Amino acid sequence: MIRFVIALLLLTSAAARAEEVVAALSQNRVSITANFDGSEILVFGAIKYERPPEQIEPLDVIITLSGPEQRVVVRRKQKVAGIWINTRAVEVDQAPSFYAISTTRALNDILAATEDLRHKISIPRAIRSVGAPSNVANSAAFTKALIRIREANKLYKLQEYETVLFDGTLFRTNFSLPSNLVEGIYTTRIFLTRNKRVVGTYKTFINVRKVGFERWIYNLARRQPLIYGIMSIMIAIAAGWTASAFFRYLRS
Amino acid sequence: MQIYLPIAEVSVNIFLLIGLGGVVGILSGMFGVGGGFLITPLLFFIGIPPAVAVATGANQIVASSFSGVLAHFRRRTVDLRMGFVLLIGGLIGAAFGVQVFNILKALGQVDLLVQLSYVVFLGIIGTLMLIESLNAIRKSKRPPAPRAKRGSRPWIQKLPFKMRFRTSGLYISAIPPLIVGLAVGVLAAIMGVGGGFIMVPAMIYILGMPTKVVVGTSLFQIIFVTAFTTILHATTNYTVDMPLALVLIVGGVIGAQFGTQMGLRLKAEQLRILLALLVIVVCGKLALDLLLQPAEPYSVSVVGASQ
Repeated sequence: MIRFVIALLLLTSAAARAEEVVAALSQNRVSITANFDGSEILVFGAIKYERPPEQIEPLDVIITLSGPEQRVVVRRKQKVAGIWINTRAVEVDQAPSFYAISTTRALNDILAATEDLRHKISIPRAIRSVGAPSNVANSAAFTKALIRIREANKLYKLQEYETVLFDGTLFRTNFSLPSNLVEGIYTTRIFLTRNKRVVGTYKTFINVRKVGFERWIYNLARRQPLIYGIMSIMIAIAAGWTASAFFRYLRS
Repeated sequence: MQIYLPIAEVSVNIFLLIGLGGVVGILSGMFGVGGGFLITPLLFFIGIPPAVAVATGANQIVASSFSGVLAHFRRRTVDLRMGFVLLIGGLIGAAFGVQVFNILKALGQVDLLVQLSYVVFLGIIGTLMLIESLNAIRKSKRPPAPRAKRGSRPWIQKLPFKMRFRTSGLYISAIPPLIVGLAVGVLAAIMGVGGGFIMVPAMIYILGMPTKVVVGTSLFQIIFVTAFTTILHATTNYTVDMPLALVLIVGGVIGAQFGTQMGLRLKAEQLRILLALLVIVVCGKLALDLLLQPAEPYSVSVVGASQ
């Protein structure tokens, strides 16, 4: 698809201005090991111009990194008979488990609302909520709350001015992945914009997976739950016994 | 030093976890409570998902209770016969409680039910224990006061199926202990705890067992009920985090050893006052959460992966 788009762009480039993005990541896979404590992803690349960049209007770069999509329920507490309880709930069909945007300038200055809607770039656009129940009047407040909570947990981030563009051709940015990562395929998208319109895109993936001991434990718990449960109890009893014997030995 | 937990899917400081396990272990050994009512909220607080905290807490309690009960066995402060009667009731109650829990989960508001039952039970038990043990201390300071009659209540004496519980020095019907075990089992399954904090007072005030025997006997029963709960969580919700449990256990078993020693040095009345105060503090914290306006009225829970 991307090749097709690029080919198309190249074909039309004779008349129109066309640019192509070439990019790479510091790593294409993130391995979650026992001492995993977050990870840094460096995204870097270059813009290929058909004509010397000095002769055309400058470009801006937007880079997004999003985790696997989740279905989430947002609940609101209200005071009922003196105590705070959950009264209303809105289900959000699709919300990325992680979402970060890095841009060269303020997002509003380099991206039109219609383009944002089409490419689902900004945080509110990356979340899809359709089936708000009819008994909830203000469902937008629930989506806002979801963004607020996830921003507070450093799961959603808007990093304006953090993409560096050298000479209008080379760019790079950093994303820090938190330690509470969800496993799955993470998508990196790069958008080139000019006059608030997207003129070029690029997409690549990062595979985030548990490995080694973490993988083994996770698989055992999922595939052999009974054996896993019995094993957990056996380990607990053995540990209790060992400690008891050890302390008795210490005292005697 | 950070450790990534494969089931909880978060990374936490390993020393924080060991310390947490240790504190709960000390309390477990001292009072004969499993510590579930403390460890579960503490795990929520450090960012472990609630479902994983409840299931893994149960697994950790197995270890600290086992370590504690061995110390009590050596001191012959476990009434095995009473323990088995309580256990039969406990397992039936836990199986029933899990059903109730699932029905309420389907209806929604299960969190509220759990919180409310914590507040109500901890509040009642903590207050009753505090009053009773303060009275006991006041009486013991006046030597000529008539000795408080410990033992079974008159209505308990009238029930059939009498059994002799030699370690406890009781000759009572098997029905009250069965009912106590059953009730504790139901509550344990709903509240996700071993139930020691309910059982210990019930054994003292309803069954009339001596305090020294109560601790060991309740630990004995808790091992089996929490093991049962662990298996249920592991097979239905896949929420038992073995590495998390192991780290908590390392702290917990060490703490339990110290706790048992400390418990033996304290007087029964002092022990009861401390436990009562602890129960009231936890109850107050949970009550405040329900009564005060939350800073963030919204909450997010992940339902699953979207297609």
